Amino acid sequence: MHTVFWIFFAGAVVSAAMCVLRRNPVGAAMWLVATMFSLAGIFVILDAPFLAAIQVLVYAGAVMVLFVFVIMLLNLDITTTDLRGSLSIGGAVAVTGLLAVELGALWAYTPERLAQEFLPAGGAAFPGAIPAGAASSNIVLDVARPLFDAYLVPFEATSVLLLAAVVGAVVLAKRRI
Amino acid sequence: MPPDLLGPTLALSGILFSIGVLGALLRRNAIILFMCVELMLNAVNLAFVAFARYYGFGGHVLVFFVMTVAAAEAAVGLAIMLALFRHNQTLDLQDINLLHG
Repeated sequence: MHTVFWIFFAGAVVSAAMCVLRRNPVGAAMWLVATMFSLAGIFVILDAPFLAAIQVLVYAGAVMVLFVFVIMLLNLDITTTDLRGSLSIGGAVAVTGLLAVELGALWAYTPERLAQEFLPAGGAAFPGAIPAGAASSNIVLDVARPLFDAYLVPFEATSVLLLAAVVGAVVLAKRRI
Repeated sequence: MPPDLLGPTLALSGILFSIGVLGALLRRNAIILFMCVELMLNAVNLAFVAFARYYGFGGHVLVFFVMTVAAAEAAVGLAIMLALFRHNQTLDLQDINLLHG
């Protein structure tokens, strides 16, 4: 299991870096799809197979097809580089390197330390939380129960958000600005 | 999941987020910038899933919400890209200064 994790780990990092560095937008989109597949594999290792399926269907499928569709529709000119000036590049690399070192320090984080720092007094930390080990074999049921119970109002708000996004996309794509 | 994978998973989440920030700062192509935002959202999803091991399925539900918002953002954002491209024939962020004053 560990070997598989490290393969997906390396795949995610390499394909994310290629996505950022590729000049061709279509190539960058393909590398982003590879990143999302690697993340789906890691989701499976982290006991979230349903989210892995949703990741592949929604992200690697629907969202990235939309991206590639728009890239090819616009037929962008890729002969010129689209990097910023050298001063901006130096600043960006410095800031991002610092951020990566800071966040990479989480490598040393352990479940024991998590329990020590954040163990809630009453047992459950979030509404609808299920203590680890109490999970049934039906992962869809486990995810659906908090979704339609403790998180019902955010769920309904999400549907309004999606409706607004659909209307906004249609209006924006239709009219000249 | 073997318990000692929590740290590496959080570190991977941080590294992917940093790569996304790097791309957003480095590139001038608006569509690539959008893809970098998607990369950052994916990194956060990974952290949610890693913590959901210990805090229950609320983390999985939040990943759903992040995915929904990302899908809505992609739809509206790409519609804005289309309108911008129709308006000034480029997606280079240095040439798009509609709000510059």
